[in-house]
Amino acid sequence: MSDVSGGPGNDSSMFDELKAAIEAEQPVVLATIVSVRQPEPEVDVVGPLPEPGAKILLKPGQEPRGTLGNDDLERVVLRDARGELAAGTTGIRHYGPNGEAMQDDVSVFIESFAPPPRMLIFGAVDFTAALTRVAKILGYRVTVCDARPVFATTQRFPYADEVIVDWPHRLLEKVGSTLGPRDAICVLTHDPKFDVPAVIEALKTKAGYLGAMGSRRTTDDRNRRLRGEGVTDEQIVRIQAPIGLDLGNRTPEETAISVCAEIIALQSGRTAASLKDTTGDIHD
Amino acid sequence: MKEILPDLERWRRQGKRVALARVVDIDGSGPRLPGAAMAVNEDGEVAGSVSGGCVEGAVVTESLQCLEQGIRRIVTFGYSDDEAFAVGLTCGGTIHLYLEPLDW
Repeated sequence: MSDVSGGPGNDSSMFDELKAAIEAEQPVVLATIVSVRQPEPEVDVVGPLPEPGAKILLKPGQEPRGTLGNDDLERVVLRDARGELAAGTTGIRHYGPNGEAMQDDVSVFIESFAPPPRMLIFGAVDFTAALTRVAKILGYRVTVCDARPVFATTQRFPYADEVIVDWPHRLLEKVGSTLGPRDAICVLTHDPKFDVPAVIEALKTKAGYLGAMGSRRTTDDRNRRLRGEGVTDEQIVRIQAPIGLDLGNRTPEETAISVCAEIIALQSGRTAASLKDTTGDIHD
Repeated sequence: MKEILPDLERWRRQGKRVALARVVDIDGSGPRLPGAAMAVNEDGEVAGSVSGGCVEGAVVTESLQCLEQGIRRIVTFGYSDDEAFAVGLTCGGTIHLYLEPLDW
């Protein structure tokens, strides 16, 4: 396509630009016209009919690259593409030839490449190493944070994307506002000195998952301390503690699976029972 | 698409023509979500997958044809499809793939 406009890298192909954005973990969305039906004769098409394969690439804050060949259609698709990217969703949408709603002559595949979700793990323990590995398999960008420099090292957590020596609550004061529903916070310190202030800061975030490790006794003790700091019962319900599903897990690796399985089940709103014992659709 | 980027990059660097198949829609039960992607180069080498292995063989055939003819189109695999494709998903769902040459 010769009709590129705006943004850096115009000498490279649209695929190159898409690839660079995905690899740099920058949000990017690609809209492709995948089918076009010839409209009925009475339909008034303003401008040329869109063609299958026409594409537009959008990075937030930049001019879109490419064109769909019809200004009205393009405006509507760009609006929907921004919405899909914000939600991190991918799917097909149907429009009239000029972007009309409630028509289906033109089908557009809108593919979001949202940056990976984040997992913040507090406490540099053996459970952390295992959880880091499982979280990486699930595609998380993982940060390990512990105030003790002897333990919080990249050598101990080679799978983590970053290892930060700091108090957990201080890191959350800095990055907490950037967390959203796809992100997870796992507090594995099980030391009230660290985890009470960490949980208090974590409750101020919009993270979709907040889990705290510890026995039932530790959990009761932490909840008592949190209430003493003014945390309400409604807030305490949000904390997954003791952390994880009841799998009978003992090892750090088993516990990591239990925690990640709990995250998946909470996100999908499922019961985490065996499929053998449930009925209905396996996927939503 | 993310997981096949290295293969796509390598094939393009080697000057090979590549067809890209992306899951754009699913009806009923489907093993992979929209966005799952598979690519086939002119030598028939494959990267990625679009189902649990049910339709990949047929996608290779369709992809090579796509490269030969340069056609962009939606290909549907499934059980309930009127055109009664010989290849379907064992789970009973229907997947719609968009196939095109990676010429952009």
